[in-house]
Order: sequence, then C-alpha cells, then structure tokens
Amino acid sequence: MTALAIRNVSVFYPVPDKPPVHALQNINLEIHEKDFVVALGASGCGKSTLLNLIAGFMAPSEGEISLNERVVTGPGADRSVVFQKHALLPWLNVLDNVAFGLKIQGHDKAKREKIARDFIKLLGLEQFEQSATYELSGGMQQRVGIARALTSDPAILLMDEPLGALDALTRERAQELILKVWRDTGKMVFFITHSVEEALFMGTRLIVMSPRPGRISHVFDLPFSKQYFETGNAREIKASAEFIALREKILKIIFTDEAGAHDE
Amino acid sequence: MSDTRSTGGKGFLGGFMKAKPAKPGEIYGVPGQGESLKISAVVIASLIFVWWLVTYAGFVKPLFLPSPMGVIDAFLGILKDGFTGASFWEHVWVSTLRVFGAFLLACVIGIPLGIAMGMSPFARGVFDPPIEFYRPIPPLAYLPLMIIWFGIDELSKVLLIFLSVLAPMALGARAGVKSAAIEQIHAAYSFGATRWQVIRLVVLPSAMPEIFTAMRVGIGFGWTTLVAAEMVAATSGLGYMVLSASRFLQTPIVIMGIVVIAAIAYAFDHLVRFVERRVVPWKGRG
Repeated sequence: MTALAIRNVSVFYPVPDKPPVHALQNINLEIHEKDFVVALGASGCGKSTLLNLIAGFMAPSEGEISLNERVVTGPGADRSVVFQKHALLPWLNVLDNVAFGLKIQGHDKAKREKIARDFIKLLGLEQFEQSATYELSGGMQQRVGIARALTSDPAILLMDEPLGALDALTRERAQELILKVWRDTGKMVFFITHSVEEALFMGTRLIVMSPRPGRISHVFDLPFSKQYFETGNAREIKASAEFIALREKILKIIFTDEAGAHDE
Repeated sequence: MSDTRSTGGKGFLGGFMKAKPAKPGEIYGVPGQGESLKISAVVIASLIFVWWLVTYAGFVKPLFLPSPMGVIDAFLGILKDGFTGASFWEHVWVSTLRVFGAFLLACVIGIPLGIAMGMSPFARGVFDPPIEFYRPIPPLAYLPLMIIWFGIDELSKVLLIFLSVLAPMALGARAGVKSAAIEQIHAAYSFGATRWQVIRLVVLPSAMPEIFTAMRVGIGFGWTTLVAAEMVAATSGLGYMVLSASRFLQTPIVIMGIVVIAAIAYAFDHLVRFVERRVVPWKGRG
C-alpha cells in the first residue's frame, strides 16, 4: 500500500535580531492511497512549508518524511507539484509544456508526445495542443500544469493553491475537474487552499493548521467529495446544511487564529 | 467665471499636468501611450531642412558644415572612386567584419559567462571584480596596452571591440538568469532535473529577452569603439575613413562616414528586434 508518512517533523530557523521562527512544530500526518488531504489555515501557519518539505525543496530541522518507506531527501518525480502560477514555460506550446517532465527524464519524442496527449485528453485540452500557454485563460493554464504533473506518474500530487488565481466560476469548474482526475488516476493528493468551501468540497480529509508555531490543530474526515461523485451536483452539496455548519465551524477556528495574530 | 468641469488641473498648465481621459479601447494613464512615428519623421525632415537652409544661406562655411548635397556628392564620389585606394564597399566590409566578429565572439563568451555568474557564487566571485574594473574605462584608454600586447594587426582591433561588447553581454545574461520564476525552476527539479538541465531548459530560455536587449546594447558599444580601434595602423574601414578625412579637413566625408556607420547600426538593431519578435514572442507575457 502506497503511503506518505510525516513523522515528528519540525522546522525552525534563526532570524537576525528576533526570536527564532518556529515554522512547523511536531507535525505527524499519514496520507494513504486514494486520500485527498487538504491543508487550510491562517497565513503563516506553515502549510506551504509543509508542502515544500514533502516536495523535497526544504529539509526538516527535525523528524523525517518518507514515501513508500523511502525517506525524502530532495525533489523527485514521485512527487509532482502543481503551482499557483508562473510555472509554465512560455517558449513551449501546450503539448511541449505537458511533455516537459518526460523530456527531463530522457524519454524519446514519440513516447513523450504519446503520454502527453493522454493527459491532454484527460484534462480536455485537445484543441489547445499547439497553443501558446500565454494565450490561454488562467483556468486552462492550470489544466496544463496539472496534465504536466501527471505525466511522470507520481505517487502523490502536491497542489499549492492551484486555483487561487482563478475567478469564482472557473474555480468551481476546476474543482470538479480535479476531483474527476483524482478519481480516474487514483493518485494521493496534498492540496493547499485558502478557501474553506473548496477545502470542504474537495478533500477526503481536512487538516486545519494554526500559526506560531505552525501545527496541525484540527483534523476532519470529509464526506462531500464522495457525495459529489454520487449526485454530480456540486452546488447542492455546498448549499447543504451539513456543509454550511462545518464551514462556519472551521471559519471560526481560522478567524480566532487570525485575531490572535493581530493581538500580538 | 467659475470652471464648471469636475476634473482637470487649475490654470493654463493644468491640461498638461493631467492625463486626458482615454478614448474607448485604450487604457487610461498608460505611460508613453500613443504614436510617435509621425513626430520623428517631422523632426528628421526639419533637421535636414535647417541643415540645408544654414548652408544654402551661407551662415556656416562648408569647411565646418557642408551642405546635404555636398555630403551626397562625397558619397557618390567615394562610391565611384573609393577612398585612399580601397573601394567604399571594402571599407564597409572591413569594419562590419571587425564589429561583427568581435560581437559574435562576445556573444559566445559573454552569454555563458553571464549565465555562470548568475548561477554560481563562485563564478560571480571570480569574474565580477575584473569585469566591473574594466567596464567603465573608455576603450581609448587601454588601446595603447592592447597594441603593446597584441600588436598593430587585426587581433588588437577586434579584441578592443570585443572587450567593449563583452561587459554588456555578460551583465545582460547575468541579469537574465533572474528572469526564470522559482516555480518554473522548482517544476523542473521536481521532475528530477539536474542543475545542467535546469540551466539549459529553464534558465537560458527565460533569459533570452534580457540577452536580446544586451545584444542591442552591446553591438552599439561595438560601433562606438570601432573608430578608436581603427585609429592606429589601419588602412581601411569606416572609422579609418572618418579619421583620415578629418585630418585633411574633408568634412563631407567625415559626415558621410558617420551617417553610414549610423545606418548600418540602425539596420542591425532592427534585424535584432525582428529576430527577437520571432524567438521570444512571449516577452513580457509569460
């Protein structure tokens, strides 16, 4: 069984003339096959730091992270990252952008394009294969980023606020698309967002993080994406009493954290 | 009388100090918005007209400023008979070869050097002091050294021009390294890219717009240095032509040489801009 394990991870670093920053304190988290884990929290709670640790861009000060029993020591193709923006290469068209990871891994052109086309199809980008990325809308650009991340067949997708820069309508459609891609590919997902509604709707598990020091303060198991696959009606789920009650509860936690930040 | 308008500055200068509301389809307040081509055409035509007027009316002696026709005559004369034993095209060819040879050499060495300086603190530590040391020195100042070290033949001429182009090329490429977004670099690394792959597939393409700008600046320095390079022991070249004509007070030839150098540099600048539009159409839009 594939799994990502984060054990007793802490991150702290010195800052000149100030007390040391405790970005993360004693994080423990396991992500299993078919988990869609969403991280939510006030700014400064360390959720991006946690993603950077899993991606291997940063080393923890204490503790360790392992993927399928192998300790993470740096970036690798088994952990693909989808960024909020600026991650596509404007000098390549959509097809070459999607195939970029495969090119790095040394696959020949025919194989690259075959695999890339599979994911272009999965993300509904067939018409835009030859387009320049800067001519696409923000939503389409994110689809390219997701298709690219999937090409290396990662065990886990790390999504760092992938929908944060989209308008509200595009964002809701993209949420549903990502859920379908997750269901069809069976990848583990670690997803960061600032939107409580998005977090509740998409995750199978929600971790709420609190700042100073960054830590996981609450964990919720979520039923809503499962409901969505049954009914196919996203708005109805987001408007249900159960959804709204949980949304308000979590907003209260986050607002309390934010207020704490301003009192200091 | 009171002003009933709701916006606009006070008094006569108010209209100049505030931007006019945009026409539909334009964006309000974009700096430098609008067409400038017609204004430039009028200015060029007026300058030539004033030039013609002051020489025609005899305000200035032809020795100091020959008439436009005098310059054209000089041009046609040299085109027909050549200048000091070499044809006009030979002078153009020799200078172009010197400048472009030096320019290509500066690209081949300066771009990798700049990328290395942008990527590695070690390379930056090694090359930053020498480049920053010689960069502000006028080429004329170290011309004697170049001649003492590298002789009076082509080598010292090309090296002098090369040095003047090298610094802007290296600095442009070095600044261009910063153009790659950290997300692009992280994406490449998370696919298992090596440092070399990141440089080749992400950093270098991202730096291309800056490198093109550096090429335009660099070739400008190259032409600027040409005259200095052709001061000593040259028998042909546009810089040589201008300098030797000035010694014999052949002002029409001096002005003609200046115009020819400007025309070649201007044409090349447009060529670079054309290539730039083809190679980096995404400039400013990525």
